[in-house]
Amino acid sequence: MTSVTLVNGSKWGERRYLAGAIVALVLIVLPTLNRELPVFGTGADWLAYPMHIMVLIMIWSLAYTSWSLMGRFGLVSLGHGAFMGIGAYGTALLWNYAGLTPWIGIPISLALVAAVAFIVGYPCFRFRIVGHYFALVTLALSEIVRQVIMATRDYTGGSLGFTPTPYGDGFSLYALQFSDRTVFYYVALASWAFGLWIWWRVDRSMDRFALEAISEDEDASAAAGIWVTREKLKITILSAVMTGFAGILYMQYQQFISPDTVSGIAISLQIVFAVVAGGIYVMFGPTVGAIITILLAESLRVAIGVSMVGLDTTIYGILLVLFIIFLPKGVLGGILDWLSRRKAG
Amino acid sequence: MSGAILTVEALTKRFGGFTAVDKVSFTVGEGEILGLIGPNGSGKSTIFNMIAGSLQPTAGSIVFQGRELAGLVPNRICALGVGRTFQIPRPFRKLTILENIAVAGYFGQGGHVSRKEAWATAERSLDMVGLDYEAGAEVGSLGAAGLKKLELARALATNPRLLLADESLGGLDQSEMDQAAAMLERIRRETGITIIWVEHIMGVLMRVVDRVMVLDHGEKISEGLPSEVAHDKRVIEVYLGSDAEAVQANV
Ligand SMILES: Nc1ncnc2c1ncn2[C@@H]1O[C@H](COP(=O)(O)OP(=O)(O)O)[C@@H](O)[C@H]1O
Ligand SMILES: [Mg+2]
Repeated sequence: MTSVTLVNGSKWGERRYLAGAIVALVLIVLPTLNRELPVFGTGADWLAYPMHIMVLIMIWSLAYTSWSLMGRFGLVSLGHGAFMGIGAYGTALLWNYAGLTPWIGIPISLALVAAVAFIVGYPCFRFRIVGHYFALVTLALSEIVRQVIMATRDYTGGSLGFTPTPYGDGFSLYALQFSDRTVFYYVALASWAFGLWIWWRVDRSMDRFALEAISEDEDASAAAGIWVTREKLKITILSAVMTGFAGILYMQYQQFISPDTVSGIAISLQIVFAVVAGGIYVMFGPTVGAIITILLAESLRVAIGVSMVGLDTTIYGILLVLFIIFLPKGVLGGILDWLSRRKAG
Repeated sequence: MSGAILTVEALTKRFGGFTAVDKVSFTVGEGEILGLIGPNGSGKSTIFNMIAGSLQPTAGSIVFQGRELAGLVPNRICALGVGRTFQIPRPFRKLTILENIAVAGYFGQGGHVSRKEAWATAERSLDMVGLDYEAGAEVGSLGAAGLKKLELARALATNPRLLLADESLGGLDQSEMDQAAAMLERIRRETGITIIWVEHIMGVLMRVVDRVMVLDHGEKISEGLPSEVAHDKRVIEVYLGSDAEAVQANV
């Protein structure tokens, strides 16, 4: 195969590579423009806010892309908030209380995420808990992790949130704390690109065929030699660990976490909504979903302020219903469908 | 017959209080085609499901190439060399025709097969069953006969030593039936694999198989050469009835 389909099911030829290269270049050079530019009479830090939004978009895109790794095969997890929370709190708690640098804390937390994904996933897959039942089991996981964070509030701060202890002058590779936004911008950019690369690798793998087959008929898949439980566990653990990593990034970036921002059912639902809105079956769908949700949340915050906490969640809910009914392939999936139809017809 | 490849003993399956398969014993020789016939609901598919591991036997043993299969999971049994088709085709509709078979070629051969080999296996299997397809063609474009062939090709792609073919003629017209029967015969000749072929009508099956076993209400009521079984009093009584003469003339 010489031509690579970046976006599933449609081929736009070489122009896509050019467009992709230009976008990548813009993203890479953008921070260098964050200074006084004589032409536009800009301020010294004029890109601070756009870059902040972009970092958030990239971190959440990573989480959403990770969720879609399994979600696209009908493995609808409502437990990904838990994986984010375990990653974020795990690393932060190890830093504050055990003095462990995130360089060690991150692998430990991610191992814990993998273990939890295995403990929840194995019995589900072994005993054929699929569809709505799987969603419910994972939903319970979200709530359990939130409850654990609340119950251990003496350490985690409960609903008040948790702040990693600042280290040195705020710029430390050892603590992975960077007062300079540019550094984190590049960390987030690289992580997001890495997430997309994993999505692409999975999409090209034989496991994808196995998972498509499994999503349709587990018995027939097993009869064709597919080890159904193992295939599902592999993708679940991969998805969970990457989501956990997104949680860690969020924590290291914001230097503050609370159950409402990186854990719990609301976050799990937000993940599902964003992916459905952006497009569950296409590579950049979750990224589009992150752009939509974060711009929506930011606009609401700016327009209405924080007085109506939960309004965005309500709007998500309403939009989710509308999307599922009218645009089940999401914004990007819908656009790509429309483009390929126009090309064909 | 050069030694048994499969030895089934006192195989029993109960669903609640209902006994679907009742202490059935038989052996299949290496390279043989065994016809397994019986009226609808006599337990044929249930026997297949137990051999292939999708149902666990209530009692009895299934020894394949010296190894007990009861208790193993389906993908393991597939890897050991048992391929099966489903009575009602169960294609993967999200995959293309070729991908349907390639996925079985990749995961079903029990070892580390490269992608390239998997695709080559898929093409060979589709060739063997004589399924014409266009590159990238969807499963949705196949009719009943095509789906049956797809089902067989998928089982063949797992490189089985024993093939369980469940009602490969179901829903086919007379010429398609003849073709399918000729195909099974050819597959055996070319690959040397052993086949158990389930069908609820005797028809063309009787001309192709080496031996026949007849089930009724989960029990084995007869076994032998097609010509013997067609004249078996009990088989005529419970199963063939007025069709007896037509079947006898065929064997
Ligand atoms: N999973 C099951 N649960 C309950 N009863 C079953 C199940 N599978 C098969 N049966 C029953 O077992 C009997 C034998 O079925 P089956 O093996 O499919 O028959 P055949 O393939 O010979 O037509 C039928 O009466 C059927 O209803
Ligand atoms: Mg049957």
